Amino acid sequence: MNARSGDTLTLDVSEGAGAAHWLSRFNPAAKIVAALVLAFGLIPATDPVTAGVVLAAAVVLVPFSGVDRRTLLVLGLPFLLMGSSTLLVNLLYGDQGAEGALGAAVRVLAIALPGLLVAISSDPTDLSDGLVQRLKVPERPAMGVLAALRLVPLLAHQWRSVTFARRARGIAAGGNPFRAVALFFGRLFSLLVRSVRTGTLLATAMDARAFGTGPRTRARHSRWGRRDTLLVAAAPALLAAAYGISHSAGTLSPVWQMK
Amino acid sequence: MADVNLSGWGWRHAGRSAHALRGVDLRIDAGERVLLLGASGAGKSTLLHALAGLTGPDGAISGEEEGTLLVDGRPADRGRGLVGLVSQDPDAQLVMARSGDDVAFGLENLGVEPERIWPRVSHALEAVGFAYGLRHSTGALSGGEKQRLVVAGALAMRPRLLLLDEPTANLDPEGAALVRGVLQRLLADTEATLVLVEHRVAEVTDLVDRVVVLEPGGGVVADGPPARVFARHGADLAARGVWVPGREPAPALAPAPGGVPVLAAEGVTARTPIGLGVRGGGRRTVLENVDAEIRSGSATALVGTNGSGKSTLLTLLAGLARPHRGAVVPRGRLSEADSRPLDRWAARRLAQHVGTVFQHAEDQFVTASVREELRFGPRRAGLPPMQVEARVDELLQRLRLDTLADVHPYTLSGGEKRRLSVATALGSGPEDTPYVLALDEPTFGQDTRTWRELVDLLAGLRTAGSAVLMATHDLLLQRHFTDSRLLVCGAGVHTDERKTE
Repeated sequence: MNARSGDTLTLDVSEGAGAAHWLSRFNPAAKIVAALVLAFGLIPATDPVTAGVVLAAAVVLVPFSGVDRRTLLVLGLPFLLMGSSTLLVNLLYGDQGAEGALGAAVRVLAIALPGLLVAISSDPTDLSDGLVQRLKVPERPAMGVLAALRLVPLLAHQWRSVTFARRARGIAAGGNPFRAVALFFGRLFSLLVRSVRTGTLLATAMDARAFGTGPRTRARHSRWGRRDTLLVAAAPALLAAAYGISHSAGTLSPVWQMK
Repeated sequence: MADVNLSGWGWRHAGRSAHALRGVDLRIDAGERVLLLGASGAGKSTLLHALAGLTGPDGAISGEEEGTLLVDGRPADRGRGLVGLVSQDPDAQLVMARSGDDVAFGLENLGVEPERIWPRVSHALEAVGFAYGLRHSTGALSGGEKQRLVVAGALAMRPRLLLLDEPTANLDPEGAALVRGVLQRLLADTEATLVLVEHRVAEVTDLVDRVVVLEPGGGVVADGPPARVFARHGADLAARGVWVPGREPAPALAPAPGGVPVLAAEGVTARTPIGLGVRGGGRRTVLENVDAEIRSGSATALVGTNGSGKSTLLTLLAGLARPHRGAVVPRGRLSEADSRPLDRWAARRLAQHVGTVFQHAEDQFVTASVREELRFGPRRAGLPPMQVEARVDELLQRLRLDTLADVHPYTLSGGEKRRLSVATALGSGPEDTPYVLALDEPTFGQDTRTWRELVDLLAGLRTAGSAVLMATHDLLLQRHFTDSRLLVCGAGVHTDERKTE
């Protein structure tokens, strides 16, 4: 309940963490561009093979992203759920048959996994530096998001406190799903009140340190190396390979050829 | 080295009819160290924010200004790096994820050339004695260390006027002592003008050479060296709730009746929850195989540094959380209500017998008015309407909330919220004394008036046979209202039956 306790878990950026992992050595901006290229490049592909090749390449990268087993499990489950529900819906209601359904499911995963890898393997500060300095994202929202990210563990803490408080007041769903939903929104409102207050305080503190009063300089330089250029180039290359393999396997059926 | 000049200055917050401050005439010379005092709501923080240039047309705080406020002969204007501000909550002041980056943040905003930023960052970190590296995660620091970093961030901007708004209010005693040490050393080195707001006056009188007392909605009512102001106005200030050195409340309380155990922790082990975020880290054991007994008719203080697990132990003893191993079991009359471990109890039954007061009072408010809030518990306990209303009226009277019965709980002042949160934790049972009342930092940030009322109320419950359980840093509370202490440290608990001091 004490918001200032040391057991607050952090969106950790501990010293040197991640640096040991191959994928975290790239500029986050390069990773974002590569992931976006893959995502847009896969939109026309409806067959399982094209997206499958990209998904396989992304899966191969997972061990190099520094993700631990627990995170993989926590993040992977909703992921698989998303894939399998896409499969099911397309199988039941789609007009592309089993192959089309599988294609849609694999595509969803092949688009989402690279994005997830970017998030896992990038330090939030480096990510914001990359966005601002390399991709020219406006500074104010980028800094705002970064500061907000720091509040996520605090928010988790407040959520627990609000949850305990409901029980202390004698409020529980008692197995009633409608009451559970109503309760959830009640808690959400309490959390909102708290987070608006924290957010206002943080904004005041940022203002007190002269944020937004004029042109800023940058203490950190977001480096772009040859490997970053190579990564960005690798994305279309991977797409080309995927479409090529699918074509030679005879499974390629882009959207514009769909009946 | 900046001087400050206010004449006829006033401020009214947007949407309020009354002025927070009005008719303030005050001159602070360069290099002076000033302590601002006043009852809660006297506009001390407002004045600091105005000096920091945060009020006004492009400021973060909107409202209506009158009179003049000049810093170094010019209107206060944020962004020139003239003024450094340190506020209460370190968590709401750190912006960046890495320590060095956070100190650099202000310098970036001032447009300092990149090659000159890092030497200034290192210098500021050295000046406050920050022992961790530039890349150390800000989230992994203790409260005191976080605040140390906040001070470094303000210092790196080389302010000519340093504003401190209760910089130690949110810290445990160790953290507060750490930050006071940092400030002491700092003020010996710098010539910056200092304006300080602090509740606990005794701890900062050696940092300042002048005390200015503000009147809520008014201006300066007393001004001079600390010793003279306290000699002349001490009694008056104390009566208004200010913590005046040598005039702390000393309540005469009925002795603890004592009693039999109502609650026991048996081999309780607790771990931190799973972290959010991509590198949340594993779960840490905060309590290991803890045994403890809570007795009725006595006050038990859970003490220990922040993060030691005393809040965790409090939530476990109050039946709100489930221990990883072991159990919190009812004893005596509490076990007559339900003999299962407390975490298995239905919420409704728990609320009838075990009350909990949270550190942030808002967390426990579930309705839209003070009266509804007080009705909530008794009504759910199934009391007939007549009895519910009688109970509510009695509580409103007793806690001096009767004039505020129809107000939304969120709009109450800090002290009023605290009183209401205690009242809601009382009112669910067949009698209005819960068997157990658990409170998390109940006196935190309260003025002496609320402090006294709270202690009187809790002592009344103790006399009536409740077991009062408090997680607290407050040494004065421990001195006057504690029968046994549970010291939580190193995942274990040591019991200390003697009364402190």
